[in-house]
Order: sequence, then structure tokens, then C-alpha cells
Amino acid sequence: MVKLIAALMMTLALVAHAEADLDKRAAALEEELRCLVCQNQTIADSHAGLASDLRREVREQLAQGKSEQEVLDFMVQRYGDFVLYRPPVKSTTWLLWFGPFLLLAAGALLLASRLRAARARAAEAPPSEEALQRARALLDNHKEQP
Amino acid sequence: MIPEIGSFALMLAFCVALLQGVMPLFASLRVERSAAARWMAVARPAAYAQALLVTFAFACLVQAFVANDFTVLYVASHSNSLLPLHYRISAVWGGHEGSLLLWIQILVLWTAAVAVFSRQLPAEVVARVLGVMGLISVGFLAFILWTSNPFERLLPGAMEGQDLNPLLQDIGMIAHPPLLYMGYVGFSVAFAFAIAALIGGQLDAAWARWSRPWTLIAWTFMTLGIFLGSFWAYYELGWGGWWFWDAVENASFMPWLVGTALIHSLSVTEKRGSFKNWTVLLAIMAFALSLLGTFLVRSGVLTSVHAFATDPKRGLFILVFLALVVGASLLLYAWRAPQVGLGGRFALFSRESLLLVNNVLLVAAAGTVLLGTLYPLFLDALDMGKISVGPPYFETVFVPLMAPMLLLLAVGPFLRWKQAGFKDVRSLRVVGVAAVLLALAAAFAVGASPLLVMGLALAAWILLGSVWHLLQRLRVFEDNRTRFSHRLSTLPGSYWGMLIAHAGIGVFVIGVTLVKGREISHDVPMQSGDMHQVGDYNFRFVGLQNVEGPNYSAVRGTFDVTRNGKHITTLLPEKRQFASGGMPMTEAAIDRGPTRDLYLALGEEVKPGNWIVRIQHKPFVAWIWAGALLIAFGGLLAALDKRYRLKKGKA
Amino acid sequence: MKRFILPLGVFVALLGFLWVGLRLNPREVPSPLIDKSAPAFALAQLHLPERQIGTRDMAGQVWILNVWASWCVACRQEHPVLMEMARLKLAPIVGLNYKDSRDDGIANLQRAGDPYMVSAFDQDGRVGIDYGVYGVPETFVIDKRGVIRYKQIGILTPDVVTGKLIPLIEKLNKEAGHG
Repeated sequence: MVKLIAALMMTLALVAHAEADLDKRAAALEEELRCLVCQNQTIADSHAGLASDLRREVREQLAQGKSEQEVLDFMVQRYGDFVLYRPPVKSTTWLLWFGPFLLLAAGALLLASRLRAARARAAEAPPSEEALQRARALLDNHKEQP
Repeated sequence: MIPEIGSFALMLAFCVALLQGVMPLFASLRVERSAAARWMAVARPAAYAQALLVTFAFACLVQAFVANDFTVLYVASHSNSLLPLHYRISAVWGGHEGSLLLWIQILVLWTAAVAVFSRQLPAEVVARVLGVMGLISVGFLAFILWTSNPFERLLPGAMEGQDLNPLLQDIGMIAHPPLLYMGYVGFSVAFAFAIAALIGGQLDAAWARWSRPWTLIAWTFMTLGIFLGSFWAYYELGWGGWWFWDAVENASFMPWLVGTALIHSLSVTEKRGSFKNWTVLLAIMAFALSLLGTFLVRSGVLTSVHAFATDPKRGLFILVFLALVVGASLLLYAWRAPQVGLGGRFALFSRESLLLVNNVLLVAAAGTVLLGTLYPLFLDALDMGKISVGPPYFETVFVPLMAPMLLLLAVGPFLRWKQAGFKDVRSLRVVGVAAVLLALAAAFAVGASPLLVMGLALAAWILLGSVWHLLQRLRVFEDNRTRFSHRLSTLPGSYWGMLIAHAGIGVFVIGVTLVKGREISHDVPMQSGDMHQVGDYNFRFVGLQNVEGPNYSAVRGTFDVTRNGKHITTLLPEKRQFASGGMPMTEAAIDRGPTRDLYLALGEEVKPGNWIVRIQHKPFVAWIWAGALLIAFGGLLAALDKRYRLKKGKA
Repeated sequence: MKRFILPLGVFVALLGFLWVGLRLNPREVPSPLIDKSAPAFALAQLHLPERQIGTRDMAGQVWILNVWASWCVACRQEHPVLMEMARLKLAPIVGLNYKDSRDDGIANLQRAGDPYMVSAFDQDGRVGIDYGVYGVPETFVIDKRGVIRYKQIGILTPDVVTGKLIPLIEKLNKEAGHG
């Protein structure tokens, strides 16, 4: 008898846990999908009819045991990549996903070449005596002005 | 009658701007000619005249709104006689035409300010700077007069206006556009200085010292404008978020990032004469991004919650203007920059090189935001499909980009100019260890995750590093002959500015890390009598009632919030339906606190009396706002540094 | 010198994209279902709920699926065009009554006229989701093998009908029904 109650309680706990889990998973997925009606909100935040329909779909499919990727694929099949707020990594989006790091690398290269050039210039020969005399003359002139 | 006078004032302003833009610039190119001085002297009076005319026109538009003149199309589209007075005034910039007029209004005020506070500048420089700003005015006035005149009549006049968008009927929304525009437009001053320097071929420390306070003030306003937009979205939109990487949010963030790089670059050019090309390019980029933002919001090229009513003709006009202004300046840059010279030398390990790294990181960040914002457009234009780029992308990409910057942020101030040594930063090792330990401790207190620890560690690193730097700096004066208070008071404004702004970033990062990492959000159906637990807090739905506002009717929910049996607060979220129609607006109820916000909003009514309620527990979200305000305050302090307040006559 | 020209180059490229962008509509979501099999469905009919209508009933012929609702204001603009298309007997038009109430739907057709061979009743919108419907009205042209060949997002105008639909239907009619 005790075993039966224990088993029942475990099942209930598992179901409750699974439901809370389901909520979390559904909420996470809803943040990834774009509402096609208003187009500037996730389906989690949108009040549009389609958004609540899609939320229902997400929940039902997860409850049926589908994986996150399968749910997303379902949406993409019907609405295209537009519905994903996280753009898929494919040949057309390589530049998007790797671009920032390319930018950074380009910046780093530019930086390195500038710094190397600056150091090279610092190693140049000191100014000639003639140049120094001219500089002194200019400075003296300047000093005379108020 | 008054709208026509306003329109006429704008036309006059256009002519004056044309004069202001062309004559002084032209004369400054031929300074040796005898008439040159007189032509250049046109700049200041023209700037004042323009300011007067545009302000007058603006006043005419305000009058039309206050008097409920629905024979003016713009007023009829954006106002309503039931609208309270302060919203009727703010409705002036609630739509495309009026907000453009606000843009111009702020531009002429900045121009006039430059005219007033430039006595110590050489005449050619003043002529060039005011000339460039005049040309920008010409462009915007032409835009408004040809495609977007707010004084256009609606005849016969409407019986009643269509009302200001309910979302805009809020104090945050009154202040957000003016603050933001002060930033956008303020970058035109730095831009004008940069162009003036390129034309004159004189890019030196003096130029940087003139530019920097203007740029700092513009940047400070920009910070405040972005902060306010985010703060407002948080309490007004009802989804509990504060940043969505929406196209228009990004349009303001990009110039801010480049502006940050610019103020740092200007400080290097000012102190050491280096980075001149960089600084000029950044000044051009910052303003270019401001103009780009204007284009993106008003052209219909991107979807955004923010976009004004779009018209391809307007989009084309701004695009042409953008092409002319930025194209001409980049052409000038390509031509003149090689001759500008390279400035002071510096070693690989020095404050200059670290600031250069800072610039590269910030520009890469801005470039990333631009890439993400425009990528859907790129693909669509090349017929390669339609995608969306949203928060998941930006968050994934932005954090790794910003982390190195945050790391270096604390190090920079410790390095000496020109050549730094390892012992400059030796003491930071202790700071680093302390930061990591603190972060680990805090993380275990609230629930750890690797990202959380990293974020907190970086924030602690910045805050502790700043405090440590201050302590060190004060001890530098230590000679026991001067009092501590004297040492404290002789620290320059620019130092306090840097310290407080950097500390603000640390505070901001704490807020973001904890909210993103430990926020709890539930959407639950509730009806009268139901209770729901979120974290430690218990929310009991007491009941609903109908309330009437000046121009709306609302359903208000009452929620009792308790924690461990003790009553914390009562929250009153609303769902408002405005008399002028449209979608119902959500008024969230927020219980703010230094360590957490409790956020409650009514979602949809699924059955009569049964609502989906969004309940959120947001730890440390107030630190996001506090951090932003500290950053802005730091900018202000730096701008008010005594060295920028020169007496007349000196250069 | 080359290095300093770079910003200008990047900017000009950007301008090019923005200029093209002015002609595009960022809100339009093209359908990924073009040239793919029309999602199968079998729904109760709007007028006769005990009978069904589905993709299987339309196999072997070129047909049009028009998504409509009584609450949809834009659909009323499109309605005369649909009536004309029905009169011209271009192709059988099957209506998909989307997220509507049966009574409202029937009343709407009674009042405005019924261009549909039959209307399917998609009360909860699931078939709509399968077809990637995100706004009403939308119209699909489906060929003899059950492949979606065209989707019209938004109102059908006489120009679209004469310019796109009629030539397309003519072409599809010539195609074989099997394969």
C-alpha cells in the first residue's frame, strides 16, 4: 500500500516537474519566434490571434515529445526563415554570423600595422642639424609674440 | 493664418541657412581676398537669424496644437481636443513632420550656441563650422518644405483630431525625442569641426580641445535619450523587457558607440596630438550614423515598432541627402587625411595603444549592430531570401565582443601616455583576484552560471579598478603638506567624469547580468481570488474595477503582494482603451526596489474576469538605470572641466 | 591613399543597398511553400457541416484556395474580384473560412455573394498555419498535381488577376495531371 502511494506521488511529482519544465521550454522557444502579424515582437509577447495560435502549437508539440529543433523546423517549413529571430547558419548567413569576428580581426590587423609603423617611425634617424636650427628659429619667433 | 506664417518663417529660414552655408564657407577658402572677412562674418548673424526664425515657426506649430486647430493636417492626425495640455504640446513631435521640425529646432539652437561660444576661435574656423552646420540646415529645411511640411492645411478642417498615439501619452515619451535629438544633432557639431579641420588642413590638439566639450555634451544627451527610451519601454509596453535590438533602437545605439570611441579619441588627440585621422573619421561616422538613423526610421526600409508613416519619396530625399553629406565628407577625408600628419609617437604598451584598441572594439561593435540591422535588407535586395535578425543573434554576438572591452576598461587609466611599464598595472593583479572572488561569492548567493560569474567578475573588476585608481591618484599628491580635501578638490572634472562614467558601466553590467541571468517570468491565467507564487513573493488577485481617465477608460486589476506573510505592496495594472479607438494599451504596475523590481501586467482577457497575467521578478534591474545615469553624469562632469572654459581672446 | 578611400567605398556600397531597399517591402513574408505540395487537409464544409472538403477532392485539376473571414475588412474589397473570377470560370475556387464563426461566415456569403465552389471551415486556424497564413486575405493557386504554384498575400486586384493569375492558370491547365 505504501509502495503504491509512493509510486503515485512520484508520478505526480514527475508530471508537475515535467509541466514546469514544459513551461520553461515553451517560453524559451516562444522568445525565438517572430510574430508575423505585428512583426516587432516575439510570439511570447504578442497579443495577436496568430501569436496565441502559434504558442498553442509550440506547447502541444513539445508535450507530444517533439524536440526544440523539430518545433522550429515546423515553423520554418510554413513561414520561412523569417519566423526565426535567430537566423539559421547557412551559406547566405555566413557573413552575418562570422562578420563581427571578421570585423574584429580586420580591426586588429589594422591596429597591428599602425602600431608597427609607429614604432618604425620612432626608430628613424633624429632630425638634421639644419632642421633643428629652423625649429629653434621658429620657436624664438613665436616666443616674441604676446 | 498662423500656420501660414509659420510656413513662411521656415522658408525664410531656408534662405538664411543657404546664406549661412554658402558664403562663409566659400570665403574661408579664399581668406586672403578682401571681401573674405566680411563674408565670413555673415556666419554668426545668420546663425542667430535662423535660430529666431525656426523657433518662431516651432512656436506657431505649438500654438496650432494648443488651440486644437484641426484645419492643420498634422494637428488633426496627431491630436485630440480631449488630450491634456502637456500632451498636446508634446504631440508636436509625435509624428514625422513635427519631429523633423524638432530636429531642425535643435539644430539651430546648437548652431547658435556654437556661434556664441566660439569667440576664441579663428575667424576661418568659425566660418567653416557654422557654414557646414548651415548646409545641414539647408538639407533638412528643404526636406521639410518640399516633402513634409507640418503646416499643410486640411480643408475642410476635421471636426476632431485622430488623437496622439496612446503609447506616446506619457512623460517619458515627452522627454525622449528631445533628449535623443540633442544627441543626434549634437554630433553635427563634432562633424562640422572635423570638416572645418579637413578643409583648413589643420588638425591639431587645439582643434581637439575645441571639439571635445561639444561632443561630450552631445554624447551625454544621447546617453540620456537612449536611457529614457529604454526606461519608458520597460514600464509602458507591458512585456517587461527594456531592449529589443529593434532597428530603431539600434539606430540610436550605433552613433552612441561611435560617439564613445570619438570622445576617447578626441582626448588622445587633445593630449598627445595622435590619432588625428582616426578622430576625424570617427566624427564623420558618428554624424553619418545619426543621419542613417533618420533615414532608417522614416523611409520604410526596415520594419520597426518605431517607424513613422512612410513614403518612398521621403525615403529617397533623405537617402540623397545622406549620400551628399557623407559622400562629400568621406571624399574630403580621402583627399585631405593623408596630408594631415601623424602626430605623437607611442609605444606598443601605452595608454594610446590601449585607447586605440578601445576604438577598434567600439567601431567593430557598431559595425556588428549595423550588420545585424541591415542584413535582412541585404539579402532581400540580392533576392536571397527573407530572414529576421533579432535579440538571439545580437546577444550571442555582442557579449563576446564587449567582454574584452570591459576587461581593458579598468586597465586603461593606469597606463601612462607614450610609454607604459608593467609596474603601472602590477597592482591590478590584486584587484583582479578580488573581483573574481567577489563575483563567485555573489554568484553563489543568487545562483551561479558561467555567464553570470563572468558578468559579475567584469563589473567588479571595473568598479574595484576605478576605486583603486582613485585611491592611487589621491596618493600621488601625498606629500603630507597638502590636506586630503585639497587633493580631492583639485582633481579635474575630466578625471571625475571618466571615473564616474566607467563606474557607471560597471553598475550597468551588474544590472544586466543579474536580470538576464536570474529573472523569473510567469504568464498565468488568473481570476479574482487566485494566488500565484513567484520566487519568495505571493501575488493575490483581489479584483477588477473600471476606471475613467481624461481620454480613456480602463480596466484596473488589484493585486496584493506578500512575502512570508508580510504585506509588501498593492499593484494596480491597467488595460486602457482610448476614446479615439485603436488597440488597448497596457499600463504595467511596477514595485521598484534597489535589489529587485516586481513587474505585473495584464495580458489578454481569455474569459470574462479571467486574465492572463504576466508576473515578473527582476533582480537588480534598477542598476541598469542607475548605471546609465552615472554614465551620463560622467559625461557632463567631463564636459564641464575647467580647461574647456576659456576666457575670451585666448586660443 | 588606398586606405583612406576605403570608408567611402564601404559607404557607396551601403547606399546602393539602401536605394534598392526603398523599393522592397520588408513586411511581406514570401511563402516557402511555393513549388511544394499543398499541405493536405480535410475539413467540414461551411454550409454543410456533415460533409467534408479537402485537398484530395481537388486532385487532378487546377484550383484556387482563398483564405477569408467575415471579420476581415480587406476581404470585402477583394470580394467583387472573386465574384468576377467565379463568373469567368477560371478555376474552381475553394474558400477557407479562417477563424470565424459558422453563422457569421454563412451570413457574409449570403449578403455579399458566394464565389466559392465550396468553403471549408477552419475554425481554429490549424489548416491556416499549415499553409503559412499570417494575414487575411491570402490566395493560393494549386496545380493538377497538388503543388502550390503561386501565393497572393493580401487583396487580389484586377491587375493581379489579369497579369498573373490568368496566364498562370492557362499554363497550368496545359500541364499533365500526373507525374
